Amino acid sequence: MLFYVFGAVAIGASLLVIAQRNPIYSVLLLIASFAALSGLYVLLDAEFVAAIQIIVYAGAIMVLFLFVVMLLNAPHEETAEDIRMHPLRHYGPMRFGALLALALLVELLWAVTRGQPGPDGFERASAGSVAGLGQVLFTEYAFAFEVTSVLILVAMVGAVVLARRDVKEKRTGPGS
Amino acid sequence: MTLLPAQIVLTLFVFVMLLSSAAGMVYAERKVAAFIQQRLGPYLVGPRGLLQPLADIVKLMFKEELRPAAADPLLFALAPILSATAAFAAFAVVPFGAQTTVFGLLDEPLRLQVADVPVAVLVVFAISSMSVYGIVLAGWSSNSKYSLLGGLRSSAQMISYELSYGLALASVLLVANSLSLTAIVDRQAGTWLGVLPRWFVFVQPVGFLVYLIAGVAETNRAPFDFPEAEQELVAGYHTEYSSMNFAMFFLAEYINMVTVSAVATDLFLGGWHGPLLPASLGWVWFLIKVAAILFVYIWMRWTLPRYRYDQLMRFGWKMLLPTAVLNLIVTAAGVLYFEL
Repeated sequence: MLFYVFGAVAIGASLLVIAQRNPIYSVLLLIASFAALSGLYVLLDAEFVAAIQIIVYAGAIMVLFLFVVMLLNAPHEETAEDIRMHPLRHYGPMRFGALLALALLVELLWAVTRGQPGPDGFERASAGSVAGLGQVLFTEYAFAFEVTSVLILVAMVGAVVLARRDVKEKRTGPGS
Repeated sequence: MTLLPAQIVLTLFVFVMLLSSAAGMVYAERKVAAFIQQRLGPYLVGPRGLLQPLADIVKLMFKEELRPAAADPLLFALAPILSATAAFAAFAVVPFGAQTTVFGLLDEPLRLQVADVPVAVLVVFAISSMSVYGIVLAGWSSNSKYSLLGGLRSSAQMISYELSYGLALASVLLVANSLSLTAIVDRQAGTWLGVLPRWFVFVQPVGFLVYLIAGVAETNRAPFDFPEAEQELVAGYHTEYSSMNFAMFFLAEYINMVTVSAVATDLFLGGWHGPLLPASLGWVWFLIKVAAILFVYIWMRWTLPRYRYDQLMRFGWKMLLPTAVLNLIVTAAGVLYFEL
């Protein structure tokens, strides 16, 4: 019963995130979605994961999102002019985006329909206890764990590159 | 489940006690502030002004509810509710006494804690990290520059100090080897050499200090009360709020203080363990310890002037955070070496 409540909230909120014009509402709905996910973790007896989900995603990352959205203070996303001028609105990027979405959909369908039971080492009880989770994370899933950190590093480098270009443009501006 | 009615009563009891603790804190704050400044403080309403909080509440209820025309109506209404909810919710996992039968009234002993969660420490941390949203949304939805600046400052401050706060918690978790607040308190029972109580504050003095300082910043209290710095920001994020909506922010601030103090008592000061009193009266010790920390909070507010904002950030990132990290590493090494 509770599963359906949390599941419905998670899906509904996630859909509304992309349906919103106002980025603040998008951020808030994403938080609601994360909270519902955390509820699902509790139903799976994984209290530790549930708490971490709230602390890391809803608590830390989304605060930063909200912070940035508020600093930019862009209550309405786009006017007709913006839509025409937006770099992602050209046919090339749009086709590429559609391709990516399709690939993701196929992957999701494949992953969901495969429905293979989890490995033996990862039982419900071990997901609940911190010690069990740490053990599994640093032995069986060590590779995935380390690769994820590389992924985050890539994202960080990307962010730095994007931000750097901005600074250079400012330096060459009329003020300097 | 014969325990269920007792638990409902306990939940209601905690709710009412939190509400009245906020009222008590308002009175205590005004009295202590007055004595520090050589004034009398409230003394007209009731004996020694004790009914002053009641008068304040009645006054707040009859004030007009205002909303700026340019505000976002939904978020403007939601923000104070979020703040107050987060403040109340965090206390749900805080234990405040040993198991008791309430002087033989109950058949089965009842744990003085609304919900005994195995990861209680993390739940407190998670909910306190959610409490920033009420403030940020209040600042944004008011559509006023003072509110927005207050909200932005608050989010920057809470992000900066949450790290140190979390690391201070983590070093206690290492020593206690548990995430359950009840288990952590029980690890602190008894004494060393028959004199010194086994409180974690003696094992983790640095952690305790970091926790207290970060706790002050987390609850937006002076000397870290930037989100509502009167001289610069009128009243910060709640500038545009009036009546009961304002009261909810006020309530949330005081309840957050009580929660931070209660968690500090459980983590560092041995919770309800103390000499002289029998175990069934442990909550008396708990109340005394929480009151002592709360007094330090008020004392700090009326003694120390507010920092500058850049000083706050420098202190948070360049002093408090390295101290907390170092403390965590040393603690981890110590736990490994001595096999605590």
